Amino acid sequence: MPTRASNITSKESLWSILLTFLKVGAFTFGGGYAILPVIQQEVVGNRKWVSQATFSDILIITQGMPGQLALNSAIQIGVRLRGTAGGLAAALGVTAPSVVILLAIAAFFYPLLRDNIYVQAIFYGLRPAVVALIATAAFRMGREILVGWNSVILCIVLLTVAIITHIHPIAVLVIGGLSGLVFCRRKCN
Amino acid sequence: MAVILFQLYWSFLKVGLFTIGGGYAMIPLMEAEVINIHGWLNTADFLDIIAVAEMTPGPISINAATFIGYTMAGVAGSLIATLGVITPSLILLLLLSKALMKLIRNPGAKSFINGLRSALVALILLACFTLGQTAIVDPKTALIFVLILITSLLRQVSPLYFIAAGAVLGLLLFPY
Repeated sequence: MPTRASNITSKESLWSILLTFLKVGAFTFGGGYAILPVIQQEVVGNRKWVSQATFSDILIITQGMPGQLALNSAIQIGVRLRGTAGGLAAALGVTAPSVVILLAIAAFFYPLLRDNIYVQAIFYGLRPAVVALIATAAFRMGREILVGWNSVILCIVLLTVAIITHIHPIAVLVIGGLSGLVFCRRKCN
Repeated sequence: MAVILFQLYWSFLKVGLFTIGGGYAMIPLMEAEVINIHGWLNTADFLDIIAVAEMTPGPISINAATFIGYTMAGVAGSLIATLGVITPSLILLLLLSKALMKLIRNPGAKSFINGLRSALVALILLACFTLGQTAIVDPKTALIFVLILITSLLRQVSPLYFIAAGAVLGLLLFPY
């Protein structure tokens, strides 16, 4: 029991957890993969809330779990520091800046600017740029994930099924997971 | 109003629950829910919102949920959609993190996640094609796509640089 109690250091205030993750949420651009190194620098380097080894464990869970990378790692760090209340403070910190900033854009700036010819020109260039970034992500994920013929064949089969049947992506994911369970059990690990 | 709020919550809950590994995993799910099933947005508006979500700080799917929620049902819609997309993380990691730690190290769970991630690659590839049909409309947008695809494959830097490049190229090449 004493060792378990020492896992949760209660000296950190909920306020400092909230502020730390507010800063991360408000100033880190580029989504999850850009935010994780900033969180690591903040909680392992600057504040020494968790060790590097603990942070690596947190990352393993973060990447195997549903949800956003930044949010998942923040909640786990909050929970380790102050239990459920700490997890909620961290979640609020990561999420609140997004909500405030995007609400301001959606409510004021976007309606004001969207018919402007230069803004239309910017989006004309942004759309293919976004698709290129998604394609790059698919390529990098493929190179990391599609190791061995099992996973390559599974990917091609599922792509074909998705194109032909138009079933919901969740169905494609579940079929993929179950196929992994059936066919990869020995080879993929 | 209550109906649309419920639909927003349920749609974004599904997006949150099946976005595994973060990042662009949410794109095919959001595309299916927001464009194909509910018809809340057309593909061009969806791409614009994803671009804005990339330009602004914070997790992309939370940014997109807030924006889409606001577009459909005002401030309440933005809060409900955001709550939906973060609900799975909150429940799983606040209440079940110890059990999940054990589960995730289980070989069966690893095989399931491996198969699921192969499916994810297929879905994201497919999303490139469906979204690309709206984004790439002429030789100039095709040029922007190819330029940014090649540079982003060669250099792994913050997506913000490529977003900025897309904006500048758009300003230069747009058929005014």
